[in-house]
Amino acid sequence: MGEIVFPYIANSVPSVKKRMMDEIGIKSADDIFAEIPEHLRYKGTLNLPKPLLSEYEMRRHVEGLLAKNSSCEDHLSFLGGGTWQHYVPAVVDTIIERDEFLTAYVGDAYADHGKFQAMFEMASMVGELVDMDVVNTPTYDWANAIAIAVRMAARMNGRKEILVDASMSPKRLAVVKNYCLPDITVKLLDFDRVQGGMNLEDLKAKISSATSAVYFENPSYLGFIEGHGEEIARITHAVGAELIVGVDPSSLGVLTPPAQYGADIVCGELQPLGIHMQWGGGLSGFIATRDEPKYVAEYPSLLFGLTTTTQEGEHGFGQVYYERTSYASRERGKDFIGTTTALYGIAAAVYLALMGPQGMRDLGLGIMQRAAFAADLLGALPGVKAPYIAAPGFKEFVVNFDGTGKTVAEINQALLQQGIFGGKDLSGEFPELGQSALYAFTEVHTKDDIRRLALALDEALAAFPQVKA
Amino acid sequence: MTARVRKDYQQARWNEPVIYELSLPGARGVLVPMPDGEVQAKAGDVLGRLPKGMRRAELPNLPELSQKHVLSHYLHLSQETLGSNITNDISEGTCTMKYNPRINEVLVGDPRFAELHPDQDEDTVQGILEIYHRFSQIIKEISGMDEVTFQPGGGNHAVYTAASVVRAYWAARGQLEQRNEIITTIFSHPCDAAAPATAGFKVITLYPDKQGIPDIEALKAAVSEHTAAIFMTNPEDIGIFNPRVDDFVRIVHEAGGLCFYDQANANAFLGVARAREAGFDMCHFNVHKTFGTPHGGEGPANGAFCCANELAPFLPVPRVVYDGKKYHLDYDKPQSIGKVRDFMGTAGVILKAYAWTMMMGAEGLRETADVSVINNNYMLAKMEGIRGLDYAFRGNGIRRQEQVRYTWEPLKNDTGVGTDDVNNRIADYGIEHYWTSHHPWVIPEPMTLEPCETYSIDDLDEYVEVIRTISEEAYADPAFVKAAPHRAASHRRNDDASLDDPAKWAVTWRAHVKKTRK
Repeated sequence: MGEIVFPYIANSVPSVKKRMMDEIGIKSADDIFAEIPEHLRYKGTLNLPKPLLSEYEMRRHVEGLLAKNSSCEDHLSFLGGGTWQHYVPAVVDTIIERDEFLTAYVGDAYADHGKFQAMFEMASMVGELVDMDVVNTPTYDWANAIAIAVRMAARMNGRKEILVDASMSPKRLAVVKNYCLPDITVKLLDFDRVQGGMNLEDLKAKISSATSAVYFENPSYLGFIEGHGEEIARITHAVGAELIVGVDPSSLGVLTPPAQYGADIVCGELQPLGIHMQWGGGLSGFIATRDEPKYVAEYPSLLFGLTTTTQEGEHGFGQVYYERTSYASRERGKDFIGTTTALYGIAAAVYLALMGPQGMRDLGLGIMQRAAFAADLLGALPGVKAPYIAAPGFKEFVVNFDGTGKTVAEINQALLQQGIFGGKDLSGEFPELGQSALYAFTEVHTKDDIRRLALALDEALAAFPQVKA
Repeated sequence: MTARVRKDYQQARWNEPVIYELSLPGARGVLVPMPDGEVQAKAGDVLGRLPKGMRRAELPNLPELSQKHVLSHYLHLSQETLGSNITNDISEGTCTMKYNPRINEVLVGDPRFAELHPDQDEDTVQGILEIYHRFSQIIKEISGMDEVTFQPGGGNHAVYTAASVVRAYWAARGQLEQRNEIITTIFSHPCDAAAPATAGFKVITLYPDKQGIPDIEALKAAVSEHTAAIFMTNPEDIGIFNPRVDDFVRIVHEAGGLCFYDQANANAFLGVARAREAGFDMCHFNVHKTFGTPHGGEGPANGAFCCANELAPFLPVPRVVYDGKKYHLDYDKPQSIGKVRDFMGTAGVILKAYAWTMMMGAEGLRETADVSVINNNYMLAKMEGIRGLDYAFRGNGIRRQEQVRYTWEPLKNDTGVGTDDVNNRIADYGIEHYWTSHHPWVIPEPMTLEPCETYSIDDLDEYVEVIRTISEEAYADPAFVKAAPHRAASHRRNDDASLDDPAKWAVTWRAHVKKTRK
């Protein structure tokens, strides 16, 4: 190979490499690769783009590509539906950019004591938010957390059917369906598209002693709050099934945690807690349960526990009930486990420590106020129904444009011209809602931002002829 | 020159309280932007309008600290953690703990990436779509496969995706009930057994022959009309390249099965050997290992799952496509397994990996491979003669590739000091705990080291000298080694049984408080 000294490869210094090869008694690395039969060797040089060897050139190149993006910082965005634009406090970024955490690996709780403690604290604080005593190390995302939770339930009660509220995120549902194959059946429960909330008659009709678990999201993917949690829990528990509820933890400063209305397993998404959206790459899920062996035994994830050390008064940490994992027991372990999203768990810990109880309450209250204010403004526009589903919501609600004669796609194009990302188009995922969009409001939105949206929508709609609904 | 050994090393040891013990009631870490008075007034009593029972009665019991105290607490915890960028992390065999460039963290922090929402109009995300597309082309060239998806969130998740694709493939042919077995090998990662099991397959595990290579006779006995696929690593966790890997593929193909190549250990074979030439139908890369992005203490990660055209219809959606002018997300794949993760996967990992690969180029990838195997063989040579240390399948005449599974069995027999003790002691020299082996320990008292291209000759010499020093300590004073660590961030746990005891384990602070109160 050539004489380039690669900054990321210390021993690419030719003289050093030669010294080492002399020590081993070889002429080149090919003498080692000779163990690979000739016909399995790749001949020639990979056809890859010409390298940008200096950091500066590479940075120019990648920043040139990033310049082709427009972000939610350049635009005013009302997109949510699974990942949301929240403010990330500077301290969160400072901590998770520390090389100690950023470049850590599995480790053990001696040299990586701090990582274990940070993860234990994440579990502890999320546990308080959801009012549960056991919280796992993060999963890939919320969808993965639901999928794991339903499989936990199926192993616990030996049943192979789950009922899920059809208002859940269709993308999360797609993940769950794949994860349930081949032996767990997923059945959808109808929901009230006018008032919001699960159709309890449909639940009663479909639930049986074959039901392993019932799952709904609160707040729902469509934004409304399910007010019949206790009744759903009663119906679910009457047949001996598990109640699994998904939450957006940013709501839990103001909304009742599902454990308090009967949820047995709670899961959700950590991204709102101090993690940048990153085009959907900022997701990180969690699962929480009561501290009962039958639940703990079914987690596939690592669980970090607090213990003692040989030093009096010193906190120690370790792996709880490790044998249940596939790391310990291969195919006999619970599902499988691997590298997931630990660093985001640390971000969530730092975020919750910064926010404290009052911060989480202020966050939730302020978001609800903004959403209510926005619903009033948007609902006053001609032909626009907001919120389209009546039940109170948290940070999102459905806006219906059927009365405007325009499609969401057309409206969003018009908004884009004004530097606004309109709500997520629901016409593909929920065609029965007509031309509807899911609008999200968080603490990043000011009164003027919301007014600007209403004004832009008004202009966009006025530019077209009105059609009576 | 004698190699350095950090004899007076002391890791930060802050005796840091759990954050709840630091709480100062009333203190605030950040204030939240509250809406304008007019917004509040017009919104009215939003909490009062909540459905009955849905208004949280009591504030969550979170700690209360000023911002400085949150910052210093987590800085203390970071100092009590050994990331690979700050230490000589040859330790993590099978994990390729290479340098994670700082510039790539700058790039993912750019708001033109960090603040992208995945449902933005395609016209506003052409940059990240182009990066996905460009990196797909790179991965296809490196693997020789036809298609790739970056949706899986890590290596194990990519293996699960493989199992899902295999399931969909056989289901599409109406043969899933018959093709219900997946074969793997004991030195393949546990996920090559666990992920297929999760996907509903029966798992058959092959053990090595006397040379340390998966037993081809056992494979011949295992394949049948029930074989859905084989999931195998090569080289396996012990660093031995299976020279008959294409025979394995042929045998499985002849039985009608599919072949998946777990390439989590691909680092030393970039531009040297590809899944394509060995005949595989599928493979995956741990993007966060091989392509220079950090582990994050177990994620965010990314598993690039690659396959041949025949299996492409089953890949998760959306697919990134290019029409010659613009990039798009294509959801119209009726045979797709659906999704394995929400949105398009861990985009930050892909951005960093793309940046890393663009700085390396084909020549840099090949240099990565070359230096990795040279480093490993240099270190193995230097380890010779360390008392109590041996390595698996010594004398089989096969040169090790990128890693070696050592064994402390002689040391254990001589002194009672086993690999777990040595592993605790190594932290006293500023080196991260090493990877022993996955379970079960087929090789007794294992230690698996992977001195990838990052590490300098001095790093290798240091590591060897630390190992030699600990061996000497074990013979001189086994009790001292068995009491290690002495200079790490915490001392040895004294009650491991409590972690398996439901009456004592505590996964959260509130559980701890409840269980210790009585």
